[in-house]
Amino acid sequence: MKKFLLYFLLIILSVIMIYPFLWLLGASFKSNDEIFSSIWFMPESFDFFAYIKGWETVTPYNMGHYFLNTFKIIIPKTAFAVTSSVLVAYGFARFDFPLKKFFFALLLCSMLMPEIVTIMPTYIMWSSIDYNLLYTYIPLTLPSLFACEGMYVFILVQFFKGIPKEYDEAAKIDGCGTLRTLVSVLIPCIRPAVISIAVFTFLWTMNDFLSPLILVPSVEKYPLTLALRLSVDSTGQGYEQNKIIAMSVIGLIPSITVFALAQKKFVSGITAGGLVG
Amino acid sequence: MKIKNRKNFQNPIGVWKYTGLILISPFIIGFIAFTLYPFVSSFIIGLTEYDNVHQPKFIGADNYINMFKDREFLKAAAVTLKYAAILVPIKLVIALLTAMLLNLEIKGIGVFRTIFYIPSILGANLSIVIMWQYLFTSNGLMNQFLKFIGIAPISWYGEAGAALSIIVLLRVWEFGSTMIIFLTALHGIPRDYYDAAKTDGCGSVRTFFKITLPLLKNVIFINLVLQTISALQEFSAPYMITGGSPMKSTYTVGMMIYDEMFSYNNIGYANAVSWVLFIVIAVIVFLLYKLSGRMREVMK
Repeated sequence: MKKFLLYFLLIILSVIMIYPFLWLLGASFKSNDEIFSSIWFMPESFDFFAYIKGWETVTPYNMGHYFLNTFKIIIPKTAFAVTSSVLVAYGFARFDFPLKKFFFALLLCSMLMPEIVTIMPTYIMWSSIDYNLLYTYIPLTLPSLFACEGMYVFILVQFFKGIPKEYDEAAKIDGCGTLRTLVSVLIPCIRPAVISIAVFTFLWTMNDFLSPLILVPSVEKYPLTLALRLSVDSTGQGYEQNKIIAMSVIGLIPSITVFALAQKKFVSGITAGGLVG
Repeated sequence: MKIKNRKNFQNPIGVWKYTGLILISPFIIGFIAFTLYPFVSSFIIGLTEYDNVHQPKFIGADNYINMFKDREFLKAAAVTLKYAAILVPIKLVIALLTAMLLNLEIKGIGVFRTIFYIPSILGANLSIVIMWQYLFTSNGLMNQFLKFIGIAPISWYGEAGAALSIIVLLRVWEFGSTMIIFLTALHGIPRDYYDAAKTDGCGSVRTFFKITLPLLKNVIFINLVLQTISALQEFSAPYMITGGSPMKSTYTVGMMIYDEMFSYNNIGYANAVSWVLFIVIAVIVFLLYKLSGRMREVMK
């Protein structure tokens, strides 16, 4: 009986967590009138019209263009973030050097720095170097090359510390240098953590709103999020809402796909790593 | 021999003293260029009057003094603090209770863990923020649900308290990442502790306060800090969902910084406000740290 109540509670809570997603998906097939007249998520009939109109967006470019833009940001950013975080974490976890404690404290401090404080001067910095830089994705992607996500480094350091030092020594005896040890011995040991970080970078970049809003000035260069925002702004309330909802669903597809593919490795990676905001 | 070892640090034999420093050099460069530099330059710009057209004019602390006479700023600061004070405790309590529920070893629990985690991963996506706006329109899902269970519909966007609670509800719904941190910590508590408490005749409430809570104090602190920081710089949800209305009751400091910078071109003032926000966050984190130290003593 107790177990039954427990499952009952878990299922009720799960419905609350999931229903908004189902509603969003269902609403994308509904007519505008139906969206606001029924609590049930299933549409009376499946109408793909909203998707066809949504794909065109309100700009001269279609959703495909914005997908491409988003990937032009995400792919380098993910590659940069993973490489730099692994190198820096390796340095912190396996070597001693002058001022190590000080630098690690800086790393923790950088995690506490609110983005909204640094983003304005960052914008001024890039635009004063050369305003045209804002028409490339350099301001959005380059910082990732410098391990700017303290959280990732922090997680990876915990993982590196879990690998016995004997591994490094054995690799050394076999003639591996510092980098070779990292690439051939240590990285295979912490693959779940590395994958988690890549997935997180992907999802967070997908979600990121503030930095492209400030650092991307042209509609042509907008990522998906800003294209969505533009459609909401230019489509008044009570008018073609199913089109915006369809765009929202399309916008979620990359995140859902990546989450579903990586889900197993990813959830085990974060629970083992212990810390993720 | 021992002393010599310490002088060579802990590096494996034959590894250069500065290898580690070279490995972390990207971080050092990045910290200077993308954290320290913006941080310092924000302070300096905050001391000027600058509109992006004319040369910046040094005006000393005027921006900071004006801020405390600026009704808009005072209102935004009050809204932001109120928002954080409501959101953070609710989110932490729900995350902890759910984590305890999901820590039970029953069949299919892994599926539930994933389901509870999904909103925090996808929830920050703009698509979801847009959807949230629709859920609370006058005949949106939320009011349809209230009608369904026999409660009068609410004008969510018309009343100050209701408008703020739309955003609070969105962020509470995304409690998954906070929950995962609690869940990991709960995994780390040995079963023996609970068995011992049971043998000693502790009830479940007493066990919670005497064993679970004291052992979680570090993660409670971490979650408290992470959530407080993100609540105090809230921007995208009010920006997209309410636009700060009605009567600026959901207008946060984050939105104000954005508007001063990009809508009114008060760049000097925008930077001064963001610096004050940073100071407030730093002070609150410090107070939480002190408070959690005292909590640790009390719980001993």
